[in-house]
Amino acid sequence: MRESTITNLPGYDSATLDQEFARLERQVDEERVMLRTDEAREAFRVHWLGRKQGKLKAISDAWVKGAPSDRKGAVGQRFNELKTKIEAAIVVAQINPLLARMSPEEKAVFTGSAQQMLAEKLKEQQQAKKLDITLPGTSQRTGVEHPLVKTMAEIVSVFQRMGYSVGLGPEVESDFYNFESLNFPPNHPARDTQDTLVVGDQEKKPLRERLLMRTHTSPVQIRSMLEQDPPLRLIIPGKVHRNDAADATHSPVFHQVEGLCVDTNITFSDLKGTLDNAMKAFFGSAVKTRFFPSFFPFTEPSADVQISCIFCGGKGCRKCKQSGWIELLGCGMVDPNVFGAVNQRRIELGREPVYDTRRISGFAFGMGVDRITMMKYGISDIGLLYSGDMRFLEQFA
Amino acid sequence: MDILTRWLRFYLPELPVDDTQLAEDLTLRGIAVEGIFPAEGGGSRFEMDITTNRVDAMNHYGVAREAAAIYNVPLSPLKDGIAAPVAATKSGKGFPVCIEARDLCGRFTARVIRGVSVTPVTGIIAEYFAALGQKSISGPVDVTNFGWLAMGQPTHVFDLDTLEGGVVVRRARAGEKLRLLDGSEHTLVEDDLVIADENKALGLAGVMGGWDSRVTEATKNILVEAAWFDPAAIRASSRRHGLHTDASHRFERGADFDAAPLANNLVTRMVAEQAGGDVAGPLVDVIVPELQSKTAERAPILLRVSEVQRHLGTTLEDAVLESGSRTSGLNEEVVAQYLSALGCELTPTGVIAGEFSVKLPSWRLDIEREIDLIEEIARVYGYNRFADTLPAFAGSVRELPHAEQEHAIRSTLRALGYSEVVSSTFLSAEDAALYGDPVDGAVPMGNPLSEEAGMLRSSLAAAQVGILAKNLTRDVNNVRIFELGTVFTGTTAEVHEQAGLSLGATGGVAGTSLHRAEDALFFEVKGTLEKLLAVFEGEVSFEAKPLPAWMVEGRGATVLLDGKKVGLFGELSAAGMGKHKFKQPCIIGEVNAQALLTRKLRQPLSRDLSRFQPVERDFSFIFPDGVQWHAVESRLQQLNINELQRIEPVEIFRDPKGKAVAAGSYSLLTRVIFQSADHTLTDEEITGWAERITSTLKELGGTQRA
Repeated sequence: MRESTITNLPGYDSATLDQEFARLERQVDEERVMLRTDEAREAFRVHWLGRKQGKLKAISDAWVKGAPSDRKGAVGQRFNELKTKIEAAIVVAQINPLLARMSPEEKAVFTGSAQQMLAEKLKEQQQAKKLDITLPGTSQRTGVEHPLVKTMAEIVSVFQRMGYSVGLGPEVESDFYNFESLNFPPNHPARDTQDTLVVGDQEKKPLRERLLMRTHTSPVQIRSMLEQDPPLRLIIPGKVHRNDAADATHSPVFHQVEGLCVDTNITFSDLKGTLDNAMKAFFGSAVKTRFFPSFFPFTEPSADVQISCIFCGGKGCRKCKQSGWIELLGCGMVDPNVFGAVNQRRIELGREPVYDTRRISGFAFGMGVDRITMMKYGISDIGLLYSGDMRFLEQFA
Repeated sequence: MDILTRWLRFYLPELPVDDTQLAEDLTLRGIAVEGIFPAEGGGSRFEMDITTNRVDAMNHYGVAREAAAIYNVPLSPLKDGIAAPVAATKSGKGFPVCIEARDLCGRFTARVIRGVSVTPVTGIIAEYFAALGQKSISGPVDVTNFGWLAMGQPTHVFDLDTLEGGVVVRRARAGEKLRLLDGSEHTLVEDDLVIADENKALGLAGVMGGWDSRVTEATKNILVEAAWFDPAAIRASSRRHGLHTDASHRFERGADFDAAPLANNLVTRMVAEQAGGDVAGPLVDVIVPELQSKTAERAPILLRVSEVQRHLGTTLEDAVLESGSRTSGLNEEVVAQYLSALGCELTPTGVIAGEFSVKLPSWRLDIEREIDLIEEIARVYGYNRFADTLPAFAGSVRELPHAEQEHAIRSTLRALGYSEVVSSTFLSAEDAALYGDPVDGAVPMGNPLSEEAGMLRSSLAAAQVGILAKNLTRDVNNVRIFELGTVFTGTTAEVHEQAGLSLGATGGVAGTSLHRAEDALFFEVKGTLEKLLAVFEGEVSFEAKPLPAWMVEGRGATVLLDGKKVGLFGELSAAGMGKHKFKQPCIIGEVNAQALLTRKLRQPLSRDLSRFQPVERDFSFIFPDGVQWHAVESRLQQLNINELQRIEPVEIFRDPKGKAVAAGSYSLLTRVIFQSADHTLTDEEITGWAERITSTLKELGGTQRA
């Protein structure tokens, strides 16, 4: 009944291995219950564990050593389990006749000390299972939200809560939308302040149709006013480009969020109140705002806005260059020429020129998302935002 | 530019504040003082940052005028002081001047000084120059620089003896040559404006004087010029010849039409004082009326105090009177006071109270409309004296149509371990050709930042490759990234923008019972895309072809949604790696995000859960390599066993030695799970299905394992 030759395995996949080893374990189980004499036990030992002719030796030679390298582990593990099972069967077979010869008292002592040994063994095992809870935890990797994307979303959401809808526009714009309609006349010195990256082969087109990378998100104001009638409240996030040399604080690619509010009789004090509210919502209620005159072709009056330094609360520190203030926004009342350009274009498009400056007024504001992000997170080089360097990004996980 | 406070105080004898306060008040009124430094000789030196529209304030008198308006103190008039008329000390006729280009030159003044001896400047000029760090050149030239620093008007001095005949202001002749003061030679075009004599160009008008007619130590007789030129012409000329000078900076922003005679007086007086000599004959002042009426004499504009209040709103000084009527901090009196201080002349229209006809100052060409005056009032009043009010709103907040989709893409990819990156909008022509779709086209830039940024990106994949490479060189070997951004296709005539999405992955995977170690990353990215697309409505499928050259052949796939291609992904080939170095394989994916953003999100629907136990059965078969998983799965599904809940591959095994499994075939362990919604499955049922499955797998060419 005992076959001792070992044939090659039909396969090394887990299913085949499980199947083959299960068959051998069944054989061991069948044989172990018959080990009633010393001779039988010895024969069992030689049959399975014999050094030269033993079955495990044959299995080891044929299956373990013959396994493909990536399956050696799988075979070896099952082989060791089988070997342990055989060794345990021999020990049990040795103890059984001894127990049979013992008096009940002797048996009690024996099993008592055996139980004690067992208990100690158990304790040892439990000890070994005890956790070193000071080892670091593990978790599934999650992706990092880009700090720019996060800041932009936060700014947008502050204004959404104040009744502003999101507006978007193209990154490649015509001169009309980026400059002309925003009251930058051709050849005007104001154009010098926004060095422009232009699309190729535009020279033959009329100036207003020439394509360029938008230098600000303001063209979306125009596009929105062409599409929609007042009242209007828009918050416009987006990527913009300028022909600037890259350094720690300048990047030719950067991001802006622009806002526009147009209605009957919107005032400069409304602009002040709106931005003061928004800055408090974004940076905390302790933040103060301060406005001072500036110049943008598309707003009149124009203002720059400073907030009290978010690092020192206005006392003066290194971050605010000891001034207590940080410059953050540009804004102003929409210039009547901008409404004029919108009305003119609306007429060209067959729409009603509803932006009547005798009744309608509005304000616009814009801020650099990169600068705010850098300030908020203490980023010293704008280039890191566009580097895709994981060592940088993972700090924001 | 820099400003000396003691020079300011010369014009403001009653200035009531110290320099620090002055700096703050000026800054809050838009005349920004960027830095305050102690000045040599007393007082402070202000480093100014004046906005481009305020050329009138880019000099001492202009800043003093602002301070006078802010503090409501008197400003010494120029015409009674340093710019007062200069009497001739020697008789003579006025110097002949002819303005030929009457559209470009509006005013030209000339005065002759005879018998000077050119020596370095002394006194107040030398003292101020030292404090400002202004370089000294020669006596008369220093006086002209003093002139524009004092009052903003550029002037010029010629060595009169180099001139042949009178002065002609004319367009240059095409090809005319001119050597300028800085020694540079220029070939002029017809659009350039020159100051010439009867035979030759002497200087480039409004930009720089000429070399040959310059004042030297040997100069005996001087001609003083002060003029007004058309801003656009000077700007064009300055740009054309690459010459940005103190003079062009002022002229191209609009100089003061009425300042020319004043500046000429100032320079004439001081040259005569510094260098001696006689002022010969009268001041010649030629005016082109057409340009005068567009500038100094432009029509007055209407200002309504009601409009001032409508645009500016509530001030902190607004009050509600007992009668219930409101008073504004910006009343008629305040408005009139500020505008007068800035040089406007206000006349009540007499029609309606609070309406003025305002004659505008000659030095403020930036003021053209009522709104410009309103800004001036707000500015001088002080922006921070306005209240913070919130406007009422009757509209509604609208979400963008694809806001939810965009959020879903970002949050799904982040949950799957992908970090967002933001890269440049440009790529090289080489990368555009490799990664872009030639059918869609790519758009070159006209003035690219660099050769590597010569094109608008027609694909996001190239940037992901670069980012993976950079991370690997920094020994960051386990990277998952995505970018959601605009891709640009089309031509320079018409550029198309649409949302693109790309993925990049390298490192951090191990083989499984199903995937070999070298294939595992591909399947991870495939799983990522499956999870991402599962967020949207539609049927997802994959095809092995066609693949672009940047992928390793046979190790990529295209992704289809409802049978339409929406993306592709695969292992980066040597061509894709380009000049970058890679020490391990990378998977790059690109998805047409526009197709996702315009799609509905899948609405999950709940099913009732079965109360009955599921049953698992494994089937181990050997298949020829030609039989792919898709065939196995679909054939089993076609059995239409209702209770078949799931079919999955559990293990794939190939024997490289061809012993356990013959070469050209593989062993596949397939697990199926049965479950009924309404009863416990019986052995007969399960055995029946198992037999059908076994025979189907045999039909597919499989051999059952023992």
